[in-house]
Amino acid sequence: MAEMMYREALRRALDEEMQRDPLVFLMGETIAERGGSYKVTEGLLQKYGARRVVDTPIAEASFTGMAVGAALVGCRPVVEILFVDFAMLVMDQIVNQAAKYEFISGGQGKVPMVLRTQGGAGNGLAAQHSQSLEALFYHIPGLKVVMPSTPADAYGLLKSAIRDDDPVVFIEHKLLYMTRGPVPAQEALVPLGKAEIKRPGRDATLITYSYMTLKCLEAAAVLEKEGIDVEVVDLRTLTPLDTQTLLASVRRTGRAIVVHEACKRGGVGGDIAALLMEEAYDDLDGPVLRIAGRNTPIPYNLTIEKACVPSVQEIVAGVRGMV
Amino acid sequence: MANMVAEEEKATIPEAVALEIYRNIYATRRFELRCIELYRQGRIRGYLHPYLGEEAVAAGACAALRPQDYIVSTHRGHGHCISKGADLRLMMAEITGKATGYCRGRGGSMHISSKQLNHLGANGIVGGGIPIAAGAAMGIKVRQGDQVVVAFFSDGASNNGVFAESLNMAGIYRLPVIFMLENNHYAVSTPIECATGCCDLAGRGPAYGVPGICVDGNDAVAVYRATLRAAERARRGEGPSLIEANTFRHGGHHVNDPGLYMDPKLLQEWKARDPVAIMQRIVADPVKIQAIEGRVEAELEAAVDFAAESPEPDVAAFLAEIPD
Repeated sequence: MAEMMYREALRRALDEEMQRDPLVFLMGETIAERGGSYKVTEGLLQKYGARRVVDTPIAEASFTGMAVGAALVGCRPVVEILFVDFAMLVMDQIVNQAAKYEFISGGQGKVPMVLRTQGGAGNGLAAQHSQSLEALFYHIPGLKVVMPSTPADAYGLLKSAIRDDDPVVFIEHKLLYMTRGPVPAQEALVPLGKAEIKRPGRDATLITYSYMTLKCLEAAAVLEKEGIDVEVVDLRTLTPLDTQTLLASVRRTGRAIVVHEACKRGGVGGDIAALLMEEAYDDLDGPVLRIAGRNTPIPYNLTIEKACVPSVQEIVAGVRGMV
Repeated sequence: MANMVAEEEKATIPEAVALEIYRNIYATRRFELRCIELYRQGRIRGYLHPYLGEEAVAAGACAALRPQDYIVSTHRGHGHCISKGADLRLMMAEITGKATGYCRGRGGSMHISSKQLNHLGANGIVGGGIPIAAGAAMGIKVRQGDQVVVAFFSDGASNNGVFAESLNMAGIYRLPVIFMLENNHYAVSTPIECATGCCDLAGRGPAYGVPGICVDGNDAVAVYRATLRAAERARRGEGPSLIEANTFRHGGHHVNDPGLYMDPKLLQEWKARDPVAIMQRIVADPVKIQAIEGRVEAELEAAVDFAAESPEPDVAAFLAEIPD
């Protein structure tokens, strides 16, 4: 095991996959010369050259569409959209083109592309640089959605995403890039569609993903001191959703809270809560709760920004209220 | 049409190319007319956007390509598909929604594609295919291949943002892509004069470092020559070209649109310059023309029969393929 930062783990994944497969190439804004806004792609231009590490103009819709085209002729492009907010500019290409191609071609063609982007609040970047928009992609048949919380998952899931034959929306979190964690020294893929129990527990299940996994683990540590033993399930991949792991956990604990940073209304949490009602109703000791972002744009001011997304205290209080 | 490059209709091209072009123009014309009949009979559903009047653009452009070259098509795409070498049976089966169609009945007229023909697909989103074509060209560069890509799109699409973005990026990376702008003068019902402050659409190329040329889109030979030059340029690594092919729809936007907004005088002028008749004059040999037409008619009837006899997609099998 080596300790590394989330962004270093992502870089290692890109590096290894580019080394392994000459058809993998990168496109995005300021990813080549500058190494990316979050330094994920640093050094890759020098190693792989301008043919495979491509700086683009500010033209998200078209360079994402270009990834679709390049994937159709056999490449495995990885495009970087600086902020998930900017992914709103690429919705035609990702929703109408990438997600549909295999289907409408009757299975003749596949679109093995990865759209890397990052989201989330916490840096005072205001309403157009802080959103959590995964539900929009989760809603679309034909897309896979990956949201890793740790360096090891970021590394292993990005490698799997690049090798996957379907379009994958890979959403990082801006507060995670500088977090550190162990990553296997040997190559280690994390399969898409497998949740991970980040902390086993008996009394309640926190179902979460991305940055909120860290908050749930903090909440679990607080609750442990009170004698409440919480299980934290990190979904890691929203599509495909590992229903097996989350249902098994909820059946054991009998209580579930879904925690995510995205707005509560229309969020992934509502869908998971409904799934638990449909599939595990008899095993539940009470209603499934959702602790999620407020239904508001994210403000600039840090104090009120913080009030928009779930806090450790809110998660702790939620669990206390149900056990 | 003032800036159109004059092309001698009768200028010589290899006979085999002329015959191939005529076959594709004629096959497209007949295919579209047959589709309209089938639509009226309820055998084709959904949207059907005939390529009537524009056949020479696809036939001329595709005649300049090799089988390994790619095309990206549009909602008005039957001509592109036929000219890229489609099997009329698989096309008709797809357009009538049958399991034997190119896309197993899932795509239909607006989404037809063929991996075997390197036809990357028609598109239901106007302009949606333009970046895909540029990306296919980018993929060819990454793979260090020598294919070229032709992106067919319309004057309507040329006013969408992805056209400007893709033209710009193709210019930066010198991508082997040919932007084939089929200027049929209407975006659904909006005349091009009302959709842009500058109708010199070919002129948009040089603004992005991409050479732009305007040709008579009803003259397949002019389109063929321009495409051939653009393809050679792309293969030399010199990058993209923009070709504006001036043409005109012989009817409304789709099969149920009578096109009453179209200027009847203008329509008459364009119909007088019918691409089928122009190409007949170039081929000039009535025996060869008749032979081609006879073969096309037989192929077309076989295609209609094949589609009629083909099974509907199986519902249970379809549902079983949907992932959780």
